[in-house]
Amino acid sequence: MPEPGWTAAIRDRLTRRLSIDEVLPTRQPAFVGSWVYVFGVVTIAALVWVVASGCVLALMGSAWWHISGLGRFFNSIHFWSVQMFFIFMVLHLWGQYWGAGWRDGRAKTWMVGVVIFLVSIGTAFTGYLVQQNFDSQWIAVNAKDAINSTGLGGFFNVLNFGQMYGLHVMLLPIGVTLLVVLHILQVRSKGVVRPLGDPYVPEPTAHAGPVQ
Amino acid sequence: MIPGKLRASEVSKADYYRGIRMAPYDLIKELAVATGAMLVLVLVLSAVLSSPDVPSATIQSWARADPVDLVTTAAKELAEQSPVAQYGPPYNTNSGSVQTLGPIQPQVWAGVHVSVNAPVDFVLEPLSQSTVGDQTLASNLATFNAATPDQQQKWLTAYITALGGATLTDNQVTVASGDYGPVPVLMGRLLSLARSGGLDALLLTSDHFYQTDYSRPLLFMSDGTYLSGLAQAQKLTGTQWGMMNETGRYPGQAWLWLYTLWYQIPPYNTASNADLLVVLTMTVLSLALLLIPFIPGLRDIPRWIPVHRLIWRRHYQELARRHAVRSSTRS
Repeated sequence: MPEPGWTAAIRDRLTRRLSIDEVLPTRQPAFVGSWVYVFGVVTIAALVWVVASGCVLALMGSAWWHISGLGRFFNSIHFWSVQMFFIFMVLHLWGQYWGAGWRDGRAKTWMVGVVIFLVSIGTAFTGYLVQQNFDSQWIAVNAKDAINSTGLGGFFNVLNFGQMYGLHVMLLPIGVTLLVVLHILQVRSKGVVRPLGDPYVPEPTAHAGPVQ
Repeated sequence: MIPGKLRASEVSKADYYRGIRMAPYDLIKELAVATGAMLVLVLVLSAVLSSPDVPSATIQSWARADPVDLVTTAAKELAEQSPVAQYGPPYNTNSGSVQTLGPIQPQVWAGVHVSVNAPVDFVLEPLSQSTVGDQTLASNLATFNAATPDQQQKWLTAYITALGGATLTDNQVTVASGDYGPVPVLMGRLLSLARSGGLDALLLTSDHFYQTDYSRPLLFMSDGTYLSGLAQAQKLTGTQWGMMNETGRYPGQAWLWLYTLWYQIPPYNTASNADLLVVLTMTVLSLALLLIPFIPGLRDIPRWIPVHRLIWRRHYQELARRHAVRSSTRS
């Protein structure tokens, strides 16, 4: 008889779905040795340095990197980490597409991955808007027409540095990071999907059906 | 599904991976190695290639580089003939830049939320704040404000036409003689204000001490040709795939390639509502990407085009070997 209450229900559900052995496995199917599985891990590695360099830039203030050599170097780390993050995320996405990674009950994992991709585009976009240089100015005056055409321009004002800065250094990175954590837990909970053409076949059991 | 059998998504991992060889795996070590390798890679790229940083344009730099363009833009703002003055929501109630698709008019539905009164915000208010100690400006401003809208338009239209043949004398824009009323004095003072950097600051002011909203200065600058000229030189305009480019020779937002592509091809590149069409197209495509697992055809392509044979090459070789051994054992 399960223990009553919300806390117990959530704990039991998490325990059932996410034992520590599932989260930190020491054995995996041998086919995980394929190079395509590296892209996801490398994307996370790039995200680590995007966030770390972004924290330094946020700590020192939005103008620091324009006037300091060290600031410029940290901006460069941020810039190239973002480029690497997208390159490997897109490779990971293509890898999962061609392997049809959504099979066998993994559709939600695919969908969260796509949402991460789309939110990351928004996060990078706000980053380009808060560089405080010519590129930011030009992107802002151009992008405003597309955003305005949707009716969202009054609520998501790309010309408003304060609004874009808050979104870029706070809300969107937190969103991306939480979604990535959720995505990893989904992958760990379900495990990687079997290769195409080698499907799971249920084993006949004594209770498989009525005796003829 | 066979009656009484669990689906693949419902079975334990041990059952799901039945028949598949398991191998030792060190998740934390793999992540640590990847993180370290990535750090080395971005440090090398940063040290060798640095990152782009073309300084921002200012109204002051605009006034110094192209004063005729600035004065023409300001006169059009005052006459409400500029793109921003005519724009529509979210800046004002006009309709010059309102994009619709049949009955779909989200821009109109949303209404005005970033109110911009082009003649007042860009010209008259900054000038009125500069009248202290300048009687000539004060009296010309009073003359302009006291004139009827018809009279103001006549002065401005004549002045804007005359600006086509303007010359620059002692840092002031000079036009052929004509009946422009107080407009030349107003424009002359605004140019001086812009040259000093004062207009940059005045367009940012509000009733708050702290300023972070650059809507007004950016909108004013976007109405001139100075900013777009700089962008053209950096290959950043829409027809140059600008949204995915970066200043200099750096990669930009390459992930926006598909979004940018639509602006280069018909019917998008000739449509007056191109932005709305592109946004709607990308929304549909993004939803399709999100829902691939449920869309017949799209979800079947990986089965039809066997890229997976490359991804899991070793696994299929192993399967074939096992199958061959089983067949030979049976025979």
